[in-house]
Amino acid sequence: MHIDVLYFGVLKELFQTSQTQVELPGGANVGELVNLLQKTTSNQTSPWRSLAVAVNREYAGMDTMLQDGDEVALLPPVSGGSPCA
Amino acid sequence: MRVEILDSVLPTDEVLAEIKAGADGAVCVFDGIVRNNTRGRQTLYLDYEAYREMALDQMQALAAEAVTKFAVRDVALLHRLGRLEIGESSVLIVVASAHRGAAFDACRWLIDTLKKQVPIWKKETFVDGAVWADGEPFPEQIAIGAQE
Repeated sequence: MHIDVLYFGVLKELFQTSQTQVELPGGANVGELVNLLQKTTSNQTSPWRSLAVAVNREYAGMDTMLQDGDEVALLPPVSGGSPCA
Repeated sequence: MRVEILDSVLPTDEVLAEIKAGADGAVCVFDGIVRNNTRGRQTLYLDYEAYREMALDQMQALAAEAVTKFAVRDVALLHRLGRLEIGESSVLIVVASAHRGAAFDACRWLIDTLKKQVPIWKKETFVDGAVWADGEPFPEQIAIGAQE
């Protein structure tokens, strides 16, 4: 199945792109996708320690099942609003 | 409820003027602005980016939740994206309520919650380099651990 992946913030720089397309076997979940993407980067562990994933614009867990055509976004810790204290 | 993500200057005066109604006893405003330093390091400007559609959905949900949770009458929640200079407003939160306590509480909850879970990021450019702001750790129910 076909998954659209979006990257934001520091992850966009790590992958040097804001989006990509990934082919996965049917029945794959978010965890399997994240592990696959993680392997494509070399040893850059720090952005992976705190991460959220959205599937079709809603926060999802590692065991969320994926469907063909889903939009999956990898989100580093957010920093909107005014500067932190 | 007025909830917007804009690429231009936030219309603070307009939002403030239009939200007031006869039943209100208080309007609480949080105007988040770009500071000239982070921990003493001199800032030149900030670049904000968002997962725009999701951020807007989340902001609309937060505004609705604030109205219910704090029993305030109305909420406006606006965020600006793109390059912002020192002193410019990045976020505007306005809460109108019969009583000031609820207005203060809702305003505080909105900015604190927005900073934890609305998918917006900022890159800080200093006189001596640029970094993506660390951000706050995601709440437990949102975060996932990729290192298992």
